[in-house]
Amino acid sequence: MNKVGIPRGIFYYYYKDIWTNFFDALDIPYIISPKTNKKIMKLGLKGANDEMCLSMKVYLGHALYLKDKCDCLLVPRIANFKCHNQMCTNFLALYDIVNNELAMPILNYNIDLEKHKSLKEGLFNIGIKFNKSKKEIKKAYKYALKEYSAIKKEEIENNLKKLSTNKLKILIVSHPYNTYDEMIGADIIKYLEDNDVTIIYSDKFNSKIVSKLSYKYSKDLYFKYNKDNIGALKYVEDKIDGVIFLSSFPCGPDSITNELVMRQINIPYLNLIIDDTSGFNGLETRLESFIDMLGDKHE
Amino acid sequence: MSKISYPIIGDYNIPAEYLLKHLFKNQVIIPPPITNKTIELGVQNSPDFVCTPFKYTLGTMLEAISKGADTLIQLGGGCRYGYYAELQEKILKDLGYKVKVINLITKGKPEIKRIINLFKEIDPKFKIRKLFYYGFITMKMLKYMDKVDDYLRCNKAFEVEKGNLDSWRAEMLLKFKTTKGLIHLYKTYKYYFNKIKKVRINKPDKVIKIGIIGELYTLMEPFANNYLEKDLIANKIEIKRFTTATYLLMKKNKIMKKAFKQNKEIKYQLGADAADNVMNTKWLCQHNFDGIIHLKSAFCTPEIGVMPIISKIAEKEDVPVLFLTFDANTSEIGVKTRLEAFYDMLEMRKK
Repeated sequence: MNKVGIPRGIFYYYYKDIWTNFFDALDIPYIISPKTNKKIMKLGLKGANDEMCLSMKVYLGHALYLKDKCDCLLVPRIANFKCHNQMCTNFLALYDIVNNELAMPILNYNIDLEKHKSLKEGLFNIGIKFNKSKKEIKKAYKYALKEYSAIKKEEIENNLKKLSTNKLKILIVSHPYNTYDEMIGADIIKYLEDNDVTIIYSDKFNSKIVSKLSYKYSKDLYFKYNKDNIGALKYVEDKIDGVIFLSSFPCGPDSITNELVMRQINIPYLNLIIDDTSGFNGLETRLESFIDMLGDKHE
Repeated sequence: MSKISYPIIGDYNIPAEYLLKHLFKNQVIIPPPITNKTIELGVQNSPDFVCTPFKYTLGTMLEAISKGADTLIQLGGGCRYGYYAELQEKILKDLGYKVKVINLITKGKPEIKRIINLFKEIDPKFKIRKLFYYGFITMKMLKYMDKVDDYLRCNKAFEVEKGNLDSWRAEMLLKFKTTKGLIHLYKTYKYYFNKIKKVRINKPDKVIKIGIIGELYTLMEPFANNYLEKDLIANKIEIKRFTTATYLLMKKNKIMKKAFKQNKEIKYQLGADAADNVMNTKWLCQHNFDGIIHLKSAFCTPEIGVMPIISKIAEKEDVPVLFLTFDANTSEIGVKTRLEAFYDMLEMRKK
């Protein structure tokens, strides 16, 4: 095992800063797959089951793209962050799905805080597999975590700064693996930016503050990332002009959570569901009329 | 006084009715059986891409409400099934009904303390002692029902006089409704199981055996799978089904722990019953079953994820698998055609 392949999908958007800094500090070479393009999309559609959600198809596309370009893939498994912070079942199953799809070694760790399996333990095991000493790994882990929290802090600050502008402000309620993906959310973000809209991202908030606020919308919700998303909406509700719910087709947790929130909010919202067949033209018309409507209200 | 109702799953409304009637006296409303109208009601009021059980259960809830219910009990599971209750309550309230939806299981774990508190809210006179006593009887009733059903699935296709087994079973279920205690329950079960075993059966040596696996609601509610089991039995096929109420409530954890130690295909739990289905596929392949049918409702995330793994295992062992997805508007004929082709293929292979 020499070169680690990191698919640019799902987990990447949550852990990229930790992974890259950790591998850099330990001198482990790695390769990140390029931004999603048509070729990767095609691979994904071919390799994945028809009914899987678009984000999964994209992820499998990245994994298949990396197949010959690295010696092992990094695919973690995340089950939960303690009792009331569960994950979508795709996060639980992805390792086994990829393992059955590709016949190649996979670096894997498991986050399951209910059973006391943590990120720290997982990264330590990975370091040991590369014959690094415990001291080195400890140092690298600390370094990676420090860098990660610094970047995260800056992101949150930037996101909050945007709230004080006088321009049209729209919150995008979506998972980062949809928002920042080239084939899913990028077109929408670009269109909004071109039209002089300030975009606030629901994933760039302090998770500790935001997830508590989600109780105001939903008491039973136990999906961690959805909690963060709708909590962010509660946090900025009276400071923004509109909300865009962006989800991939057919996202399980989003289908219920977003519907529940949409029935409770009083600000204008737009519900966008992205499929692998949907072109941007249809979306453009909807976005345009949404921005026009908000613009009238804003003035 | 609040009137309680619950969404129907197969014939399990009989034990459910028994338990609730004893816990809350005369406050229980039995939901009407599922019809096309139920589904229409459910689909109309549900979001577009939730999984089908949401639509079915919402439909039954609406029908129960029109009969007078105002407190609805919803089960839950390890996937988003555990989160149905809140949205369903919101939808019903938005429609103008003053109702409460109670979620018994969240995140796949029933917490007895929470359930007791919820029941106390419904009826302040509720006694914990009663819950344990009648809960135990209900568990036994489920166990006996599943035992009889397992026997029927194996043998119903080959009975000499059609309809005997079904009528004995129906009579047994009727008697179960008026169970007086544990011993009484056991005696009725023994009596009818003996009768059922005595029904003449003409089973040839070489029969086609099919295992059914998949998502729990579609498996257990015959209306949700277009009466697939009836169709299989009419074609003289022996059926094996793992997912029953007894399995889900009592046996699951034990069996899975054992199975995980012996397998190489998957390393982790995959959410809901997905990992069980992988193990069951392996079991069916090892025990010389001729075919496997995998059922799921549309958009069932854990089952979709596990499909490639199942087909890979089955391919290795050379056992054909048929994947069927059921939505609220799946056409009966489309499914029938695929099933017929599947039977024909199995028969050819057998020869």
